[in-house]
Amino acid sequence: MSRAPLALLAAGFRRYSTYRQATFAGIFTNSVFGFLRCYLLLSVAEEAGSVAGYSGSQLVTYVWLGQGMLATVNSWTPLDLAERVRTGDVVADLLRPIDPLWTYLWTDLGRACFAVLTRLAVPLGVGAFAFGLYVPDDPLVYPVLLLSLVLAVVTGFACRYLIGLTAFWLLDIRGLNMVWVFFSGFASGLYFPLAVLPEWLSTLLWVATPFPVLMQSSIDIAVERGGLGHGLLVLAGQAAWALLLLWACRVVQRRGVRRLVVQGG
Amino acid sequence: MASARVYAHVVRAQIRSQAQYRASFLIDLFGSMAVNALDIATVFVLFSVTGGLGGFGGGPVLLMAALSAASFSLADMAVGTADRLREYVRSGQFDSLLLRPLSTLAQLVAVNFAFRRVGRVVQGLVLYVVALAVAGVHWTLGAAVLAVVAPLVGGVFFGSLFVAGATVAFWWIESGEVANAFTYGGRDFTSYPVTMFGGWFRDLFAIALGFAFVAYLPALALLDRPDPLGLPDWLRWCSPVVALVAACLAALFWRVGVRNYRSTGS
Repeated sequence: MSRAPLALLAAGFRRYSTYRQATFAGIFTNSVFGFLRCYLLLSVAEEAGSVAGYSGSQLVTYVWLGQGMLATVNSWTPLDLAERVRTGDVVADLLRPIDPLWTYLWTDLGRACFAVLTRLAVPLGVGAFAFGLYVPDDPLVYPVLLLSLVLAVVTGFACRYLIGLTAFWLLDIRGLNMVWVFFSGFASGLYFPLAVLPEWLSTLLWVATPFPVLMQSSIDIAVERGGLGHGLLVLAGQAAWALLLLWACRVVQRRGVRRLVVQGG
Repeated sequence: MASARVYAHVVRAQIRSQAQYRASFLIDLFGSMAVNALDIATVFVLFSVTGGLGGFGGGPVLLMAALSAASFSLADMAVGTADRLREYVRSGQFDSLLLRPLSTLAQLVAVNFAFRRVGRVVQGLVLYVVALAVAGVHWTLGAAVLAVVAPLVGGVFFGSLFVAGATVAFWWIESGEVANAFTYGGRDFTSYPVTMFGGWFRDLFAIALGFAFVAYLPALALLDRPDPLGLPDWLRWCSPVVALVAACLAALFWRVGVRNYRSTGS
């Protein structure tokens, strides 16, 4: 039983490592957007001194780590769960001895491991070479950041799994998915640091939604915003969201399965 | 002329079929409008930090962002679905387009016409008209003509990029993301004054790839302002020529691509 997660992890990793052209194309595009956003924010910072308290090199890390995390957390690519619910294939998943929630989670973590090594590492290298990244003073930041990345991936996965589960009721999840792409983009800090927003709005996003956990949390840890103490607090918030959402996945799945009707034919 | 009637027929059929699923259509319509609004909002969130972008005030920034949005959404509605080509090549379905006595590109675009993106076009054009009214345009006959053709010319430019990006799929099927760097990346680039960018990246995107001609230079011409980066004044009026060249290159590239098409054989 304990070997199954590892096997699933490895399978996820291997599956995505075969898409070499797509990986290259993705790295290229993330890097172009990295240059674009980096110049924009640096241009604003040049005039204002900083953007919402982020200095030049912190902004560089914000942009390039953000581009890498977009591909690692992969929030814009829906899981195939909804499609399997719609076609009825999910029955095969439910018959297996492992809960599909964990099957999907371990496979997605395998995918994320491959993404970290390629789609996160290469753009970060490009950013470091072209602009110079922020170097943390405290070496403890690195292990905390690693944990934070894992939690971001798990939270992102749980969100996408929940959206996939709604297919038990909705069948067609395109509309919901569009809402998700909208919020997970701007409310996770992809387009601009959340601190730029009015304080009531950014506080609301941090406290009441999981979106900042997908990206802004890890970035704030990486650039030591508010020091390591604040970083640990942010990490705790990420862990709380990850657990809460995984629990929600279990509850919703149990209810959804009861409603499942497989069309014959 | 007869072929134009066929295309019109296909496009009308597409519009009718998309409007059948009313809820889905409305969600698509308003969803894409929300995403579009977010792009404009992003410009103004950055703008709000210092009250200016790249040495330009609110009026010019709005004009550039609006012109970029209008151009991009026009192109996206008309030929944005050309990237479906990759499914046609992968499945060998492209064969069926080759069999008919019509242009393959026009068929591909007409059959996949994305009427649901019309909301963004309206949104972009309304924003553009508002920007023209408030940005302090220096109205002359030339400026009036430019104001009318600029979004169309920008649309042709982006349309050429969509087509060129899709064409890559004839050789490299998983290339979708690379094209995005220039289409969506180009939209982001053109939404801001070129002065915000620097180094070789600015030269590459603004001049070599021609993105400065979509919104930045026409906006300068409309406002009767010289380019702070020192480009000659007459270049500000050259967007139609650049778009024409882009369209010719894209058409040529498409032809080369079609020649290189190899069917799946099944």
